[in-house]
Amino acid sequence: MSLHFLKKITINISTMKKYSFYLAAILGSILLLTGCGNQNGKASSDGALASNNAEKVYVAPGEHDEFYAFMSGGYSGNVTVYGLPSGRMFKEIPVFSQFPTNGYGYSEETKPMLETSFGFIPADDSHHPDISQTNGELDGRWLFINGNNTPRIARIDLKTFETAEIIEVPNSAGNHSSSYITENSEYVVAGTRFSVPIPQRDMPIKDYKGNFKGALSFISVEPETGRMDIKFQLIMPGFNYDLSHPGRGKSHGWFFFTTYNTEEANSLLEVNASQNDKDFIAAVNWKKIEEYVENGGGTMVPANYTHNVYSDETHSATSTMKKEVLTVDPTKVPGAIFFMPTPKSPHGVDVSPSGDYIIGNGKLSADLTAFSFDKMIAAIEGEKFDGEAYGLPILKFEDVLGGTVKSGGLGPLHTEFDGEGNAYTTFFISSEVVKWKLGTWEVIDRKPTFYSVGHCMIPGGNSRKPFGKYLISLNKITKDRYLPTGPELEHSAQLYDISGDKMELIYDFPTHGEPHYAAAIPASILAPKSQKIYKLAENEHPFATKNVSEARIVREGNEVHVYMAMIRSHFTPDNIEGIKVGDKVYFHITNHEQDFDVPHGFMMIGQKNSGLLIMPGQTKTSVWEPKQEGVWPFYCTDFCSALHQEMQGYIRVSPANSKIDLSWSLGE
Amino acid sequence: MIIGSLCLLGLFAFPLWNIMLGAPQYPDPLGMNIHISGIQGVSEFDLQNIDGLNHYIGMKTIPKADEMWEFNVFPLVIIGMVFLGVFLGILGFMKKVDYRYFLGWFILMSILGVLGMYDFNLWLTDYGSNLDPHAIIKVINEDGTPMTYKPPLLGYKKLLNFDVSSMPAMGAWLMFLGMSLTVVAFMVGWKSNKSQINQ
Repeated sequence: MSLHFLKKITINISTMKKYSFYLAAILGSILLLTGCGNQNGKASSDGALASNNAEKVYVAPGEHDEFYAFMSGGYSGNVTVYGLPSGRMFKEIPVFSQFPTNGYGYSEETKPMLETSFGFIPADDSHHPDISQTNGELDGRWLFINGNNTPRIARIDLKTFETAEIIEVPNSAGNHSSSYITENSEYVVAGTRFSVPIPQRDMPIKDYKGNFKGALSFISVEPETGRMDIKFQLIMPGFNYDLSHPGRGKSHGWFFFTTYNTEEANSLLEVNASQNDKDFIAAVNWKKIEEYVENGGGTMVPANYTHNVYSDETHSATSTMKKEVLTVDPTKVPGAIFFMPTPKSPHGVDVSPSGDYIIGNGKLSADLTAFSFDKMIAAIEGEKFDGEAYGLPILKFEDVLGGTVKSGGLGPLHTEFDGEGNAYTTFFISSEVVKWKLGTWEVIDRKPTFYSVGHCMIPGGNSRKPFGKYLISLNKITKDRYLPTGPELEHSAQLYDISGDKMELIYDFPTHGEPHYAAAIPASILAPKSQKIYKLAENEHPFATKNVSEARIVREGNEVHVYMAMIRSHFTPDNIEGIKVGDKVYFHITNHEQDFDVPHGFMMIGQKNSGLLIMPGQTKTSVWEPKQEGVWPFYCTDFCSALHQEMQGYIRVSPANSKIDLSWSLGE
Repeated sequence: MIIGSLCLLGLFAFPLWNIMLGAPQYPDPLGMNIHISGIQGVSEFDLQNIDGLNHYIGMKTIPKADEMWEFNVFPLVIIGMVFLGVFLGILGFMKKVDYRYFLGWFILMSILGVLGMYDFNLWLTDYGSNLDPHAIIKVINEDGTPMTYKPPLLGYKKLLNFDVSSMPAMGAWLMFLGMSLTVVAFMVGWKSNKSQINQ
């Protein structure tokens, strides 16, 4: 047959030119197809495009990334720090969850960070990080993030990259429309997802409608220290408050919240909360409410919520239980709150960099709704209302509508901006990012995501000044993107170059936990002020051993306090006798190093606790309750030096009734 | 002459010598600045970190200002030389002394400088080779002698994982400039004297 084929070609040699023309045309169209229809996002192995993309994300060994990206950890309760464009993970910052890697939530100093009105809570679900702003631009002082399950807001210090403060949010449940900050970091805002009885009480669930309420909390941020305090809580109708964003520029002073379940269903929400054609975006004039409470408005009500603060001087946290909170009935502040009807259970509500447009992402819809801030103000001033809900005026949809984006996608969730007048919306159901133009509402480009993207993020994309070079899609489903690792997979993120007209998928990397949202900032703002060590001379920990001559052991009944120092490559003391079965031993360990990146670790055999990882100049405390007689070793867990393996010690544990006195030594 | 000797005052503001120690683990090198009145770290905790590393090889800790007589005497010597130089300069200006005194000052200063360098080298040798017999790391040279860790007086040397460089610092450069100016003063004096004779 092949011979026959050959023959045929030979015979048709006169028409060869024609064939080669066809061949070229076919080859050409195949190339075109692979070029455009690169639907799984896998870069062709030898294309010029692919090598160009490799260059775009390649950060050579020893070189630094252009951006820091902070990703929420979702059910890990923490925050991870990545570099962009490389996708390299630098650190996991423990926030709402115990973290045995360094002892956060296990050490005596950090246990108070996880205290709540429910007691000690070891884990949470972290959602939406936001970086502090000045004049609507990222200032890189603090990162705020919400604990969703046990409602809390944390503040992370971006000098130390450690959690500095956590405040619990009372009257809230499912702290989801959080933690977004106003353009001068006046407030970090925390809204409830679940409406609940306020105050909490024993009542039938079916009596939800009209009785449950939703609390939107405005937490003030002290300009110098960042210290948080709940200024007031708006007690809103019993909807679900999903996401929120501050106004900026001309709309500064307003805050916008999406709602769903305006049906106020209390069961089978997937059906019962999807009946209304439109839910609401609540526009809240917080300046007006601030003025109201500053003139004595609002009702102080009893509450229980913790305020936990960590000090870099004492290297310890304190937890204080607060007993009351100021609530505001929104109907008592006329002209402060309006509802804008928004199609189909909106998820994200996003405000353009200029503050002109408020984008509602109706998650069961194909279209995006852009409200005009100017039209909203005009409608309010003209008092053109379309009824009210629980005494709060509803604006007419047509009066406030700025434009509709006929996206062609399905399931819009969230929109970010590039500062060039473009917006980028993620579509969960059609699994894509769509780029469109503010004002003309035309779709410019669309690119698939892998798979089912939740939020996207552009560095500064939720500020007045976005850095529109990269976009990251934070995807919910990973499937086949990486080598399989059994049923449980990390989530996936894709990096797009958005510097041109068309978006280009240039990289793909796994992310830890479930990053619901992220915030990124140019490295040039953060890197120069990143702290290297804690100064030992400034250590004010009450159990610090600042000089090895102060190393000692003090017994107070069954409690034994070991004042211990560590430096390459020994503990002072390293031989301890006189500990008895039934004692409660506190190791207060101070790292005497004053050199960058020389932490020491500590673990004690049989200790029912995590180890410690102690930074230079820092003191941490771990409790050990010996149950068996014997001689038990401890050692440094961080490979600190050439003699790390020698960095160890012994503790002699005697019977409870032993008469052996406490003694300690080093090098004798 | 006066400006030249006043340049020596720079030694009170700037270090005389600088020794930098870089290693794979220290991409930002540790460093010490040797002033006439004591030794300081280039960064806040450098001395402590150098001592911390040196304990592995049994070196003594870097001396504090009051642990070496040099740090008391050197400033006095420098002050003395400044006064002498300024004094000679004024006298020279008033034509009370001859230009040859300027050269004398320069030769005296050079002798003192060489003595200072000699003393500094003695200390470096002692510091680098007078090691604790119980040192954690003892390295034997190929010829069987124990390795010593004397930093170079001038220039570069590799000591185990450390790249050590030792260079004059701002204070020394000002001193050299000042000393050169005194030579210039001598030359000017010499030339004008010669032209006077020729006339």
